[in-house]
Amino acid sequence: MINKKVNNVKEALEGVKNGMTFMLGGFGLCGIPENAISELVKLNIREVTCISNNAGVDDFGLGLLLQNKQIKKMISSYVGENDEFERQMLSGELEVELTPQGTLAEKCRAAQAGFPAFYTPAGFGTEVAEGKETRAFDGKMYVLEPAFKADFAFVKAWKGDAAGNLIFKGTSRNFNPNMCGAATITVAEVEELVEVGELDPNNIHIPGIFVQRIFQGKNYEKRIEQRTVRQKQ
Amino acid sequence: MALDKIGIAKRIAQEVQNGFYVNLGIGIPTLVANYVANDLEVEFQSENGVLGMGPFPFDGEEDADIINAGKQTITTMPGASFFDSSMSFAMIRGKHVDLTILGAMEVSENGDIANWKIPGKMVKGMGGAMDLVASAENIIVAMMHTNKAGESKILKRCSLPLTGVGCVTKVVTNLAVLEVKNNAFHLLERAPGVSVEEIKNATEGTLVVHGEIPEMNI
Repeated sequence: MINKKVNNVKEALEGVKNGMTFMLGGFGLCGIPENAISELVKLNIREVTCISNNAGVDDFGLGLLLQNKQIKKMISSYVGENDEFERQMLSGELEVELTPQGTLAEKCRAAQAGFPAFYTPAGFGTEVAEGKETRAFDGKMYVLEPAFKADFAFVKAWKGDAAGNLIFKGTSRNFNPNMCGAATITVAEVEELVEVGELDPNNIHIPGIFVQRIFQGKNYEKRIEQRTVRQKQ
Repeated sequence: MALDKIGIAKRIAQEVQNGFYVNLGIGIPTLVANYVANDLEVEFQSENGVLGMGPFPFDGEEDADIINAGKQTITTMPGASFFDSSMSFAMIRGKHVDLTILGAMEVSENGDIANWKIPGKMVKGMGGAMDLVASAENIIVAMMHTNKAGESKILKRCSLPLTGVGCVTKVVTNLAVLEVKNNAFHLLERAPGVSVEEIKNATEGTLVVHGEIPEMNI
């Protein structure tokens, strides 16, 4: 077993610097690396580029970094539900690269899997494809999209062990597995850091080889963005 | 009378066939799930990573880790599965999803769709819409026929930035069911009590009316 365990979020984020590019897992507020985000706010790391499907809400998730004006550029697929984001984007303070969601996921996976680029039909004929190489395969047009390059990937899993093996829960999985191993250093925070050997090897979602640092997360708020329920009859 | 959002959802629900995997967009499309006939075997896919979506949870049983693409708390049906974003779009891009239902701000007679950006005003992003429309072969758009000012959203050419080109096959609005083919909107059905004339007046794009047009049955 190769030990990836670090004691806390402070150790886990050692080496983060101004101007770096970060990948952050999560869909909306579901499955976001809450501890890593708090620490980035505390460290006041600035001028960063964030690759994340969404940008949080005004007072939670990546919204916290936005409020603090730490983000130079966001690469996302959907950025509604965040007034500060919209203000910074429309005023030109924040650079924004909107990317189709499937392309965003695959640009992570390509980096993880060693593909420099891939062709996708998404965005062909739209402004997303402007300036990009296009090519026909079997009569259909595709756009060449490069893999992402990032310094750190911050992911959140449900369970993990010191070997870096990860298991996700429900739809909090989302982009997290695709970002593991897609950056120079992958930092995983988990709700439950269990003893090595406790996780069934048949059920591992991400093998530890894709993770450089893992730590037991704390104080998860797991805020719900849209609480929708029905009443019992 | 023109349909409301629920009426549009009810009409689209009739397009769902037995054995379909269906992706529902945010807004009116989400409502479609409520009106699909009970005897059909159908699974709803949500691009954030779940196949086999169920209804909203009972009050007090909501789980922050189980949401749909609209970030709403949901439940799962027996046989459901969770997966990562890359695999979710493998289902979509790989044409494993049989039917895609999504909203739009504008559609054009050649099947273009615009639904992600109003330059200088609203920029929320395309989410998964560009991936969906670029790959799906069976796309139904749920939308209002006109905007609040009464101007047509069923156009010759979209004025807003495009989400996809030549991809829309069917449009269900508050006034009509339209098939998109051969660079025209072909009128298939009218909303109950809505005349062909009213639909013509509300449609800027080329409208083909062939023979007697039946009313929707909802």
